[in-house]
Amino acid sequence: MAASGPPSEDNAGMSTKPMIEIVDLHKTFGENKVLTGINLSVPAGSTCVILGGSGSGKTVLMKHMIGLLRPDSGQVIIDGEDIIPMGVQSLQRVRNKFGMVFQAAALFDSMTVFENVAFPLREHTHLSEDELYAKVRSKLDLMGLKREVESKFPSDLSGGMRKRVGLARAVVLDPKIVLYDEPTTGLDPITTDYVDEMILAAQKGLGVTSVVISHDISSAFNVGDQIAFLSKGVIVAHGPPEQLRESQHPAVKVFLETWFGKN
Amino acid sequence: MTTQTPSKPAREPGIFTQTVAGFGKGLIDVVSTIGGVVTLAIDVARWSVRRPFRLHNLFAQLDFVGVGSIFIVGLTGLFTGMVFALQTSEAFALFDAESLVGPTVALTLTRELAAVFSALMVTMRAGSAMCTELGTMRVTEQVDALETMAVNPVQYLLVPRILAGLFMVPMLTILFSTAGMTGAYFVAVGGLGISPGTFLTRTQQWLEPVDIYEGVIKGAVFGVSVALICCYKGFNASGGAKGVGQATTEAMVASALSIFILDFLVGIVMH
Repeated sequence: MAASGPPSEDNAGMSTKPMIEIVDLHKTFGENKVLTGINLSVPAGSTCVILGGSGSGKTVLMKHMIGLLRPDSGQVIIDGEDIIPMGVQSLQRVRNKFGMVFQAAALFDSMTVFENVAFPLREHTHLSEDELYAKVRSKLDLMGLKREVESKFPSDLSGGMRKRVGLARAVVLDPKIVLYDEPTTGLDPITTDYVDEMILAAQKGLGVTSVVISHDISSAFNVGDQIAFLSKGVIVAHGPPEQLRESQHPAVKVFLETWFGKN
Repeated sequence: MTTQTPSKPAREPGIFTQTVAGFGKGLIDVVSTIGGVVTLAIDVARWSVRRPFRLHNLFAQLDFVGVGSIFIVGLTGLFTGMVFALQTSEAFALFDAESLVGPTVALTLTRELAAVFSALMVTMRAGSAMCTELGTMRVTEQVDALETMAVNPVQYLLVPRILAGLFMVPMLTILFSTAGMTGAYFVAVGGLGISPGTFLTRTQQWLEPVDIYEGVIKGAVFGVSVALICCYKGFNASGGAKGVGQATTEAMVASALSIFILDFLVGIVMH
């Protein structure tokens, strides 16, 4: 479990001070109780993977973290501030700490790759065109995207390339937190490995706190410093990957057996 | 041996119940759409006066809604004026009052038809595009992406579209009236032999500036209403491509109905 107590730093530069803290979060859509008392703490600089089957409420949980959904009750504390009672403008200030990579990238299809990545910079900074180009280029380089890609539209890119552009856009403002919504869904194994490397590179290179929503067990164990397993609206197991493998919770055991086998 | 009595099958609701339920559902949909559009209008008004003012987006929408509609609105206006002159001249000829063709066409166009037809053309050409574009952005999470980047989607996407409706439909209304009067002039003078002096003098005698204002005000009201409805439907679309298609159909029907209902209401207020 994530440690509690006074903030400290471990050897890997990871702080135990929580960057994201979720306290007793409940959310219901009509008759459907999606989240029924989520408690989660993500230390600054770490990568937390939220693992769970389809329809377990992973994406709903992530949308609460960035204030896209309001809970029925509970707290979402980001970098020490509870975002639930915040108004639109305060929430926008907190959102500047985030970058988000969507499942299908959610690139603006009327803009080129360059314009997509430059968009947050144009909205939130006053950089000159040269500075802006240099910044966009550095993020595209980080994702291994060549100069020819800059003028292409999202519809001209493969799924893996779109994900990389999405990640470049998410980190272009050097956020403190990056959220990944099922980053490896629908990708072939080689591209999946590449995306995993990108997530690790973003964490190590930029020092961001990452939350990855996934049902891809291999990817979760590759990138996660800690894994939280979500089942029926609650987190039933949470800890480092090796600790999760030893979990005796029936839902976790059944889920992990699909990858590791019964032994 | 135990015997099981078969359970009674659930009774199908009767035709009366189904009709009442259908009517009730339709009524709830209409009331919730009106409520949603009004709430959105308040939101748009609030965000339109906040910084940053994205003039580039506004000009792009003014160009799309207004400049892009010039040809179709002009052409529709031309033919409407021509047909109207043709039909009214036949009726007025029965009691030797062909001189009234000009004023009749002018008053009908400026007070009513220009605003209504221009708004309908904008609905079909620009409103449908607004709805599908916003709907696609919604279902592909592009709207969510804007929010996560701390950009308010109402301010970024909707405010320029609503302002474009507000500013451009009145201008298109004036264009429609002008094209319509030109068409009517050529039919009346060139085709039906009415003297140019009679046509112009009579029109000048009957047409008051207030008639033109009425059309322009109606154009502004229709422009806002159409843009709001199309944006609301697109912005709240769900369910993939089918959902976007359904939202667009609903937007077209609701926009057309709103034009005719508001035409009547504004007419009552102005007379």
